[in-house]
Amino acid sequence: MRNNFDYNKRRQLVNKIAHILFAGASFVSILVLLILLSDLVLRGTKYINLEFFTNFPSRFASKSGILPAMVGSLWLVVLTAAISIPVSVAAAVYLEEYAMDNRFTRFIKINISNLAGVPSIVYGILGLSFFVRTLGLGRSILSGALTMSLLIMPIMIVASQEAIRMIPNSLREGSYALGASKWKTVKGIVVPGALPGIMTGIILAISRALGESAPLLLVGAFSFVSTLPKSPMDSFIVMPIQIYTWMSKPSADFKDVTAAAILVLMVLLLTLNMTAIVIRNKFHQTYE
Amino acid sequence: MILINKDKMKETKSELVVHSLLLAAAVLSVFITLGIILSLLLNTFSFFQEVSIFEFLTGKEWTPLFANPQYGVLPLITGTLTVTLVAAFIAIPLGLASAIFLSEYSPPSLRKILKPVLEILAGVPSIVYGYFALNLITPLLQKLIPGTEIYNAASAGIAMGIMIMPLVSSLSEDALSSVPLGMKHGGYALGATKLEVVKSISLPYAFSGIVSSFVLAISRAIGETMIVTVAAGARPTLTLNPLGSVQTLTAFIAQASQGDNAHGTTSYYALYAVGMLLFLITFSMNFYAHRIIQRKKEELVA
Repeated sequence: MRNNFDYNKRRQLVNKIAHILFAGASFVSILVLLILLSDLVLRGTKYINLEFFTNFPSRFASKSGILPAMVGSLWLVVLTAAISIPVSVAAAVYLEEYAMDNRFTRFIKINISNLAGVPSIVYGILGLSFFVRTLGLGRSILSGALTMSLLIMPIMIVASQEAIRMIPNSLREGSYALGASKWKTVKGIVVPGALPGIMTGIILAISRALGESAPLLLVGAFSFVSTLPKSPMDSFIVMPIQIYTWMSKPSADFKDVTAAAILVLMVLLLTLNMTAIVIRNKFHQTYE
Repeated sequence: MILINKDKMKETKSELVVHSLLLAAAVLSVFITLGIILSLLLNTFSFFQEVSIFEFLTGKEWTPLFANPQYGVLPLITGTLTVTLVAAFIAIPLGLASAIFLSEYSPPSLRKILKPVLEILAGVPSIVYGYFALNLITPLLQKLIPGTEIYNAASAGIAMGIMIMPLVSSLSEDALSSVPLGMKHGGYALGATKLEVVKSISLPYAFSGIVSSFVLAISRAIGETMIVTVAAGARPTLTLNPLGSVQTLTAFIAQASQGDNAHGTTSYYALYAVGMLLFLITFSMNFYAHRIIQRKKEELVA
């Protein structure tokens, strides 16, 4: 009897220790985020002022600014969105609404999920050999945006597919019963209903494009530009590459400038992520 | 009557156009894959006309920029392996433990904080993790272990582990939450503690999903570029010592693309050969992971 009691007590104790360990592991993520953010704020804030946003990069840390990088990132993101959103939503609509469940469709679906796992630098190699060289687009914003589109399209397609799958069949049947054609049903019922989910996926994919740098090392994005880009064929630099360039400088001052630039990038990304979460929660609709 | 027919005609015609446009968008993804494989294959072929495959795969020295260049890829592989092992050593225990905590132990209120934090961590750009490795982890490592080099595999690996941890955690949590409640309740009814239910019911049931989350996360680590470019150094060394400078497959590609390697030289084509190897490794790992998940699904249906 006594033995049994000890045994049970030990089991409870082991469970409690495991509980604490599991909780501790979960809190590591919060801890890391706090350390990272506080380091960035401590180092970076002293360089964040108006000039930082209006200056070009400079040899002197105190005169360095991120204007060309911000303009370049804006160009890249807008072009990438313009290319990737229509194609991704169309592909998702096809796969969910039009495609038969056959070998070909399954092949496309498997292919898309495999594409999502291809390392980003491999997309850079594709962009370098196809867009920059074969098509002769050079190290331009357009080359960068096309490459980035290929990279984020699998993410957008999968997110849009999931959103479309949430629309119940009864809504489609209602539309057909009123005499609407397939395309009218898709255009008037399915896509509008799935829009919040699609938007969330799009915003997350765009924020991925904003933070991505590896493929741009190969495709474009010079380490220094002296003028702001004016057309999609101009050369450019983006924020992550600017950060990379500054990070490679040995002086301590530039460490702080790097932190300041990261802080700006992180604020932009967090804003995008928050928007996605707000859209998801506000327009989240469940159908019975 | 005629009017209606005309309308109908127009409708089916435009329906057909829309259908083919949508189909084209979906098929584009197949062309992307073909494009990747083709661009890698053609240039890799040019590389192997100058360097034998055997020399590439078994050579112990990687010095493409020397006067007498050596193209043995093993140092890049050991570099990748070292960084990835450190990352897995961090990400797998932490990720699995937080998945177990989130799915079995955590009160909903805590979950509401932890999930977004993990999502934010997953969304932090890799260049920022590079900063984290170089400016926060490396100084700490140098203090703890004297003799650690400024650029070292360990600090890049630790940062990478933190980066892929959310992936392990969210995929493992998905797998754990697919365990039927009835099974778990059966365990509790027999008087099992939470840990015992996790150990002998949830983990075995979700095993395949958890393993595939490890495989996917490790494949992500192998393909990650910026952290290693910034923090692991650029010295291809045949070693598994995590405290020294190494070069990974991805870091070489990044370095080669920035240098003034003339288009058409062997050292230029080396970039593609390494890219091909990287693609094959990550592709087969992802393929394997998806197959594990698929098999489990079929098993459940049967």
